Amino acid sequence: MMRGAGAISAVPAGGGLRADPRRHRRERLMRGIFQAAAWVSVIVTALIIVTLARQAIDWFLRADLATLWTIGWFPRRGMFDLPTLLIGTLLVSGIAMFVAAPLGLGAAIYLSEYARPRVRRVVKPVLETLAGVPSVVLGYFAISFITPNLLDPLLGKVGFFNLLSAGIAVGILTLPLVASVSEDALRAVPMALREAALGLGSRKAAVTLRVVFPAAISGIVAALVIGVSRAIGETMVVALAAGATGGSLRTWNVLEAGQTMTAAMASLAYGTDQVKGDALTFPSLFMVGAVLFIITLGLNIVGGRFVRRIRERY
Amino acid sequence: MTTVDTSASPPIVEAPISLRSTTRGGRLRDGLLKALLLLAVALSLLMLFALLAEMLIEGAPVLRTRLWGFLTGGLNSSPAVAGVWQGIKGTLMLVVIVAFVAFPLGVGAAIHLEEYAGDTRFARIVDVNIRNLAGVPSIVYGLLGLSIFVYGIGALAGGRPFRTVIAGGLTLGVLVLPIVIITAQEALRAVPSGIREGALALGATRWETIRHHIMPAATPGILTGTVLSLARAAGEAAPLLVVGAVTGVFFVGSQGLVEQIVSGRFTALPMIIFVWARLPAGQGWGVLAGAAAFILLLIVVLVNLTAIMLRNRYEQKW
Repeated sequence: MMRGAGAISAVPAGGGLRADPRRHRRERLMRGIFQAAAWVSVIVTALIIVTLARQAIDWFLRADLATLWTIGWFPRRGMFDLPTLLIGTLLVSGIAMFVAAPLGLGAAIYLSEYARPRVRRVVKPVLETLAGVPSVVLGYFAISFITPNLLDPLLGKVGFFNLLSAGIAVGILTLPLVASVSEDALRAVPMALREAALGLGSRKAAVTLRVVFPAAISGIVAALVIGVSRAIGETMVVALAAGATGGSLRTWNVLEAGQTMTAAMASLAYGTDQVKGDALTFPSLFMVGAVLFIITLGLNIVGGRFVRRIRERY
Repeated sequence: MTTVDTSASPPIVEAPISLRSTTRGGRLRDGLLKALLLLAVALSLLMLFALLAEMLIEGAPVLRTRLWGFLTGGLNSSPAVAGVWQGIKGTLMLVVIVAFVAFPLGVGAAIHLEEYAGDTRFARIVDVNIRNLAGVPSIVYGLLGLSIFVYGIGALAGGRPFRTVIAGGLTLGVLVLPIVIITAQEALRAVPSGIREGALALGATRWETIRHHIMPAATPGILTGTVLSLARAAGEAAPLLVVGAVTGVFFVGSQGLVEQIVSGRFTALPMIIFVWARLPAGQGWGVLAGAAAFILLLIVVLVNLTAIMLRNRYEQKW
């Protein structure tokens, strides 16, 4: 459906449209502008890498690397125990995936295999909206609801700040992402496979679990990997709900307060203009940031490979 | 995956799926699975409503008694008087800046990738790069903003760190840029190539076909994507924390508007929620945090739902 040819700007009399230099100049100009816009994204990546690398390398060169293995992360006192943060991140994202994976996959399977179109039209927007909930709100939800109403009755009085409720909240945040990527993967499985299995006499449950799910496995793995990456990168929820601002001891106990890499970065930035502390304190922000960036980038690249396989397979 | 042996004569086929599934146990398993899946969906939906309800309940004391004062008051050391106005103002300014930054750059880049770039190796690298950028944690963007915009611009313009709303807006703009690009790409890709080819065949230049034929068709999708990205930017706090939004309880913004934008500190609604939620319990800050969280959540949810519903309704089926 073409909109009128009159939409093209003034045609010079005499039919010299092909040779009109103005059109070609305009074309070259716009082409250049769009190309420049595309280059900005490349520049952004380069800037991120340069910024992180510069300060992180500076830190590694100046710091006493033995401090990377002390018993707690107390950057303002010169104790830069990275494993504390890594353990915190691992615990929180593990709990998050424990929440997000079953619920997200379950919702995805239901939407893709069982739901009527009318149900889909309602449920999908709600899930997409859940994906847009600001993380501060979820952090506050963890403090005001999850800890007092869910954890205290079930597990006895836990600490006001604890990794478990932060993990659950991050799981709620990650759930829509897992659901949407795995739903894409499930829908990409051709109907022919389902029809073949049904034609051979299997019931819906068997078709879903033994045929469709394995067929979509690469997309589902992608969904989980991307979900983990999102959970690792979440800041505000842990900064609010897991406590431990100035620093934290190394702990595996999820009922205690703790810090993840992101929360540690937040608390370092929080005090930047007042307390510079030791000259190594501020750059450690970038050091942790570099580690975080490398981990999430690795996960994203792996996840991306699996996502491309969804498209290629069929 | 299962295979069916169709070689040789016996038409008997190894049933790849257990025939047990036609028995009563199978029916039970069927029903059980469906129930479990339904439970998963119900729980997921419940989350959104639980969030809204909880915020409303927590914030009710403030919302019910002094809503107007809460919306128009500034930050204050007394919880009985404090309001979110400075946060609302800050968030609005940030959203405007993000729109100015991310929309042109994002749509322009998407147009380049979809219409001009072709399938070269470079184009594919840029595409992968954008997808990876979309997955970078928001606090890393905060670090970028701190280095380039706060300290970088600060060094160029006189020495003091440039902790202004402009730096915050630029940082958030860079953060949502990959999302804008990706959604714009998808909107452009949805336009059938027949339209492109028809225009080009009649002698239009690429820019002319884009401007007069492709953009009008793709605009609803692009706008929806942009609106959703703006809503995302409005809810971000981590980058703002790093870039230097005000975290103190009391904040005086008494300069003229232009002067404040260019040199003054700023705050935003998510930041205020963060600050209030961390204050010691028992003084009434929790209620304020809940009320502010409810307002933020309500706005974000309404914007998201509206944009998504509109997109679903006006999605052109070619």
